[in-house]
Amino acid sequence: MEKITMAHGSGGKSGAELMARIFGKHFKNEILDKMEDAAVLEINGRIAFSTDTFVVTPTIFEGGDIGKLCICGTVNDLLMMGAVPKYLTCGFVLEEGLDVELLDKIVESMAATAKKAGVTIVAGDTKVVEGHGGLFINTTGIGIIPEGRDISASNCKTGDKLILSGTLGDHHACILSARMNVENNIKSDCAVLAPICNALFDGGIEVRTMRDVTRGGLGTILNEIARSSSVHINLEEESIPVSDEVSGFCGIMGLDPLYMGNEGKMIIVVPGEKAEKALELVRGTEEGKNAAIIGTVTEEKKASVTMTTRLGGSRIVDVLYGEGLPRIC
Amino acid sequence: MKDIKEITAYLRAYDGPEIKLMEVCGTHTAAIFKNGIRSLISPKIRLISGPGCPVCVTPTAFIDKILEYAHMENHIVCSFGDMLKVPGTNGSISSLKGEGIHVMMMYSPFDVIDAATENPDKTYVVAAVGFETTAPTYALALEEAESRGLKNIRLVTALKTIIPALEWICESEESINGFICPGHVSTIIGSEVYKDLALKYKKPFVVAGFEAEHLLTVIYDIVRQIEAGGSRVDNLYTNAVRDTGNAKAQAIIDKFFTPGPAMWRGLGIIPGSGLYLRPEYAKYEGGSAGLNADMELPASCRCGEVIVGRINPNECPMFGTGCKPESPYGPCMVSAEGACGIWYRNR
Repeated sequence: MEKITMAHGSGGKSGAELMARIFGKHFKNEILDKMEDAAVLEINGRIAFSTDTFVVTPTIFEGGDIGKLCICGTVNDLLMMGAVPKYLTCGFVLEEGLDVELLDKIVESMAATAKKAGVTIVAGDTKVVEGHGGLFINTTGIGIIPEGRDISASNCKTGDKLILSGTLGDHHACILSARMNVENNIKSDCAVLAPICNALFDGGIEVRTMRDVTRGGLGTILNEIARSSSVHINLEEESIPVSDEVSGFCGIMGLDPLYMGNEGKMIIVVPGEKAEKALELVRGTEEGKNAAIIGTVTEEKKASVTMTTRLGGSRIVDVLYGEGLPRIC
Repeated sequence: MKDIKEITAYLRAYDGPEIKLMEVCGTHTAAIFKNGIRSLISPKIRLISGPGCPVCVTPTAFIDKILEYAHMENHIVCSFGDMLKVPGTNGSISSLKGEGIHVMMMYSPFDVIDAATENPDKTYVVAAVGFETTAPTYALALEEAESRGLKNIRLVTALKTIIPALEWICESEESINGFICPGHVSTIIGSEVYKDLALKYKKPFVVAGFEAEHLLTVIYDIVRQIEAGGSRVDNLYTNAVRDTGNAKAQAIIDKFFTPGPAMWRGLGIIPGSGLYLRPEYAKYEGGSAGLNADMELPASCRCGEVIVGRINPNECPMFGTGCKPESPYGPCMVSAEGACGIWYRNR
């Protein structure tokens, strides 16, 4: 089995061969193929610009792999600003001993996901470090924001409704299960969220805020939104979708889906009167078929998040404190 | 049994003398918080969070001992994730992790057995913390280590048992009217073991599970007992807890461990509340005895009073100022399930 060695990162012949064989094969496009020191892009108007680094173990998991994840992560961040994702760069840090076949598989998965998301990978870099055969990937992306779109965490107003695009906790539970050798059917929800965003914009919904529900979980992200908009948000516990399997897993592990990471879920805030229409549009997509209206922006006094529990009790929903859990993205 | 609506209505309308109930288990504290139980019942029924989890009452000396091993060559310290942020004298495991100490996060003590088998030149030091629920898994792992003839495993134990702690609380705080007994621990020790306490201190002890409706039913049961002057032990978690507990688990605990005094942060040394390796298993002993020294809590820390419910967390002068979840002193702030931690997040 062929392995990555320090020579692959030296900039010499082995490195060039590897680039041609793996990256050249999967990432072929006009801009990258010029092999200049930098990509030259024509862009007009406002852009969204974001970066994220991916260190997940295991690198291949149920429902995805680090390649798919590193495209979804950055593309989703651009989408959440209302942008149309266009270009990505990727930086690889490969550990010595990495299986070349595995790398090929991951790069192939990146290319497939990028194609699906409509983004072009226009620049890249590879370094090799000592280690145990792992890899880390950084992706940076640019998206173009169409005229007239104003999406921001600070836009929420009293009476707005919150739509969650699907079940919570799947990615987190999937990764933890894999690490703990727990056998179950939980799959990562890793997905590009473009179909949901497009459905909303094409349907003429005035979207106030969008956020993908990643690290820190829904609880943390809603607190950030509440603070940015200086509003109070109340959730209905009963309406928050969690799959039976994830719910059972969380019960055993002492985890709360409200604080678990997802890689293909988003929260959408829309004016109250548009909520039903927006929900219908989101549910019309594969990625958002389990969407639900989970809460309301209730007053603009104290920035906080509460929840009406299943029994009609009330509790505060705070941010995640401390370490959180092992690396999952 | 009444239906949940009637039960909730009764508890909400309760207007008798103030009732203090202690839930001893951190998982109950979390469930009460998560389901907003306090908001559903009369403010005259106070729910007090007891010593919580075994992790947060672990004294500094134990963490220091573990860290000493973590710095030693060819030694790997194995710990559950929740031990990572408990403070030692010079920091927590998590704060020192970046400095190259040797730590393996375990999901089960059996992870350690496998690692120790694969790497016979390394010594694996297990930070064995837990109540009766966790103790059997350490014992089973040792049994496996025995059968594989492993010589490179050590246990530093801070295992604790719940009955001596409850006795200590009953002795030191009269004002608690009843106890919500831990669900998981009781699956091992059973419900009958609370009878002596109920008889001696004339208070109800009710074994409880974790579902919202169930917890309300448990609180209702205790409140009605108190109103009627009762002091029964009721096991309401019958689908998981037998009256006599789990005999197999008890036997394996007994095979490997023997009781001894143990230090509880914020409470002090409670006789007979710790579990230590029996002398015949001394070869696995990593130096657990006498790890009693605890960090000097600031004079204004009133942790001990919070734990027994004498004061509310926000009445402690350090609450939210010197003592926060990010920089905790007392056990009730260290643990996310501790009373202070919960109050802090609800402040």
